[in-house]
Amino acid sequence: MCDRVVTVWLEGQGLRMRIVVDLNRCQGYAQCAFLAPDVFEMHGEEALLYDPAFTEAHREQVRRAAAACPVQAILVEADEARVTPVGA
Amino acid sequence: MAVSVGEVVQAFRRDGRIVVVGASLAGLRAAEALRTGGFSGSLTLVGDEPDLPYDRPPLSKQVLLGRARADATTLPQRNSVNAQWRLGTAATGLDLAAKRLRLADGEEIDYDRLLIATGVRARPWFNAAEAALDGVFTVRTSEDAARLERRLSARPSRVLVVGAGFTGSEIASACRERGLEVTVAERGAAPLVGALGGVVGAVAADLQRQHGVDLRTGVMVTALEGDSGGRLERAHLSDGTSLDVEVAVIALGATRNTEWLAGSGLAAGPRGIACDAGCRAFDVQGIVTDDVFVAGDVARSPHPLFGYQFLSLEHWGNAVEQAGVAAHNMINVGPDRRAHLWVPTFWSSQFGVNIKSVGVPNMGDEIVITQGSLAERRFVAVYGFQGRIVAAVTFDQAKWLDFYREQIEVRAPFPPDYATVDRQPGGMRPVPAGFQDPSLPSHGATVTLTGHDPNERRVQFTPARA
Amino acid sequence: MTPGTLLQQITDYANRANPYPLYAELRKTPVARQDDGSYLVGGYYEISSLLHDPRISSDQRNLVARDGGGLQAEEEAGLPPSMIRTDPPEHDRLRRMAMRPFGPPHTPRRVHEMGGELHRIVSGLIDGFQGKDHVDIVDDFSYPFPVTVICRLLGVPREDESRFHVWADAMVGAADPSPSADLQERQRAGTRARTELGRYLAGLAEEHRRSPGDDLLSALATDHGPDGQMSMVELASTSVLLLIAGHETTVNLITNGMLTLLRYPEHLERLVKEPEVAVPMVEELLRYEPPVHLALPRVALADIEVKGTVIPRGSTVWLGLASANRDPRRFDDPDRFDPDRRDNQHLSFLGGIHNCFGSPLARLEAQIALTELARRLANPRLVEDPPPYRPNPLLRGPRHLAVAFDGVQG
Repeated sequence: MCDRVVTVWLEGQGLRMRIVVDLNRCQGYAQCAFLAPDVFEMHGEEALLYDPAFTEAHREQVRRAAAACPVQAILVEADEARVTPVGA
Repeated sequence: MAVSVGEVVQAFRRDGRIVVVGASLAGLRAAEALRTGGFSGSLTLVGDEPDLPYDRPPLSKQVLLGRARADATTLPQRNSVNAQWRLGTAATGLDLAAKRLRLADGEEIDYDRLLIATGVRARPWFNAAEAALDGVFTVRTSEDAARLERRLSARPSRVLVVGAGFTGSEIASACRERGLEVTVAERGAAPLVGALGGVVGAVAADLQRQHGVDLRTGVMVTALEGDSGGRLERAHLSDGTSLDVEVAVIALGATRNTEWLAGSGLAAGPRGIACDAGCRAFDVQGIVTDDVFVAGDVARSPHPLFGYQFLSLEHWGNAVEQAGVAAHNMINVGPDRRAHLWVPTFWSSQFGVNIKSVGVPNMGDEIVITQGSLAERRFVAVYGFQGRIVAAVTFDQAKWLDFYREQIEVRAPFPPDYATVDRQPGGMRPVPAGFQDPSLPSHGATVTLTGHDPNERRVQFTPARA
Repeated sequence: MTPGTLLQQITDYANRANPYPLYAELRKTPVARQDDGSYLVGGYYEISSLLHDPRISSDQRNLVARDGGGLQAEEEAGLPPSMIRTDPPEHDRLRRMAMRPFGPPHTPRRVHEMGGELHRIVSGLIDGFQGKDHVDIVDDFSYPFPVTVICRLLGVPREDESRFHVWADAMVGAADPSPSADLQERQRAGTRARTELGRYLAGLAEEHRRSPGDDLLSALATDHGPDGQMSMVELASTSVLLLIAGHETTVNLITNGMLTLLRYPEHLERLVKEPEVAVPMVEELLRYEPPVHLALPRVALADIEVKGTVIPRGSTVWLGLASANRDPRRFDDPDRFDPDRRDNQHLSFLGGIHNCFGSPLARLEAQIALTELARRLANPRLVEDPPPYRPNPLLRGPRHLAVAFDGVQG
């Protein structure tokens, strides 16, 4: 068992929450871009760009977007999973 | 008294020691799956980068566009992994017999089961002195992307992208969208030709030129030249021309991170680490191990849909899927184990077009456009090999892709013999897919067919075309 | 019960209040050939596949010529088919042009920015309940709300509602495939109504072209995007679709939602205490009581094998969306209303290229409507259960929903 572990914390990211979109699942329905336009953006007819770290101000938008995704491709970090890696 | 297999599994799940080497997408998803699968023993994640697992696809897209910060693509976690993290420390060696991992700082970690997910790194420019010039970049890590983005923000007079695979094309797209002058130099006949063949590559070439890219195909960059201060100022091409550039981005594909396994006895080499369908690594004798597992870009694994060839996939989706299978199999035995039978799938977005692929296009020798039109750059292209559908690629037609995945899964006949919507005149005539000689190294393919032999030393290509 | 009569039973008005046992029966036969030669599909995975299958056409002009009451009659005269009855590339072109003033990538913020206005309309309607002890949720709320919204969005005068209401009723009547003696007459009336409504909207568009406002008719009449400009008949056909679909489905979503919440008052309570639950709750309502039970009929362009049954080329194919949403192979305990359900990938807005154009707006409308009804009505309760239903089996929802309450909160 290791005796020394590295501490990493999200310095500089403040209270940002994280998302990742499974763009293999994404088919370009654009529900997220309608409902959370500050975070998700269609780039052309079908390609999606998004900000992987969003702030508290956009939490409600992102919740709507994630729930509405017809292919459930948006993973928003579960609050209980937001744990600091074990530090030394 | 005999201890039942079930008791052994339960004891391992409770008290076992698992080490995951590689703390990126595959490593993280595996760690999550180990925990949700019931593993409560000790879990250590080792990563050579100092960052928590982060997502790489945005680095060549929204990050270079300046719409997301390079240090803010940290992957969300599905569940708590409750792991010990050894970040910023590379693994340097493996003792299979002692079940012991060596780290760069000299420390050693014992494991009961090991998952190797060390991924790939950007292939560097071949001349180290030129690669060190100020203005020469690769894009693989978030630090790479942050440095390039800062340079692009300073509005260089011209950017040279060396290599028009997916990453190079996406970088060129981002530069054009920022209004920067871009030259793309590609050794092949067209962008994306290694991954998607010449027919689709020609569409990609039109797309680049229409968006103002100075696309030069059939040429190589032979030298990068700096000024007296060590700043890049010129590139020399194989056609004898030269080009004044302030920035050169080397996008010549990736190299698998397997050197640290040299001499370990595992079947590891430049094309990856061979493993079986259950993600168990092979040793150099072609014997499968049962305590070393492999997942993600560094793995090569056989696939029944593609002639049981070992595929190595540089795909986000593969990393996720294979990590899940590997994790499951690390904490299960016998018939409870699962095979990794995922059909390769990936996407790219460039110049406002959503490109998606399913199957193994570079296995195909013929192609038909079943829906839409190449001229409008909205189409479905289906690839065939020996009378079967082996892949499909869409440009802005992603909603149809599931159908073609099912066609690949049932090994449907090629060319498809049925009517569909949006069939354009002449669309059903198969033509050669236009892949270059597969024995040539290609930076473009994100699926590499690496033959049938788990042992790297005897690896052979099976050409897509005889 | 023979599978060959399931469509007939589903369309039978007697089963409108509870068609779900019929859907359970349907799912025993993944693809059920009906006595009229059409094919009815009720399983989640089969429907999901067919929605992405390019051998399936939405264009009724591909039907193998035969009599027997297809819906194509209404398309043959007057206006060209709307985008939901066309295939690519025509469909894609029409949809791209219609999307430009409505949503991403060209107009990404419009729906998001309608939130405040949706709230004001809802508040005004509920304010009108003051002094009453009961209302008809349909006539007093879930019909006028989306009508007002779609009128403002399109640029149609709200006071013209009484004119287009008649046309809309006739069109919904024609879209009812129930085999009744007056089917042909209903279809003729529907065609006439669609033509009339199209003429009316084209006239409005012409006015808007001269003095454009910030509405879709103005945009469609003046826009010159990469696909050019819509022809006047395309504009009429598209705006008829948006007007009808913009309220005839949302009225069901909101009414079905209120009915369900009143049947399960613990969820109504929860919505009062945790308004943010409206987001997943509306998704679950969409799954559990979808506003559209059967998708418009499709046509097979080739022989299509589904689970061992071949749907022959030229056949009509019915997709039972509401049945798919209750498929136990896809959803655990599917007959349970559970707003906390995860991975709720229902098919209520279809999937593939014909996915609902207005779904983001419908979602917001339902979220706001139900949250405000829950918050403001004191002790609401159903007066009649089941309520009387509208005749149409595709667009299924109550005709009236009498709700009693003890007062209206501020």
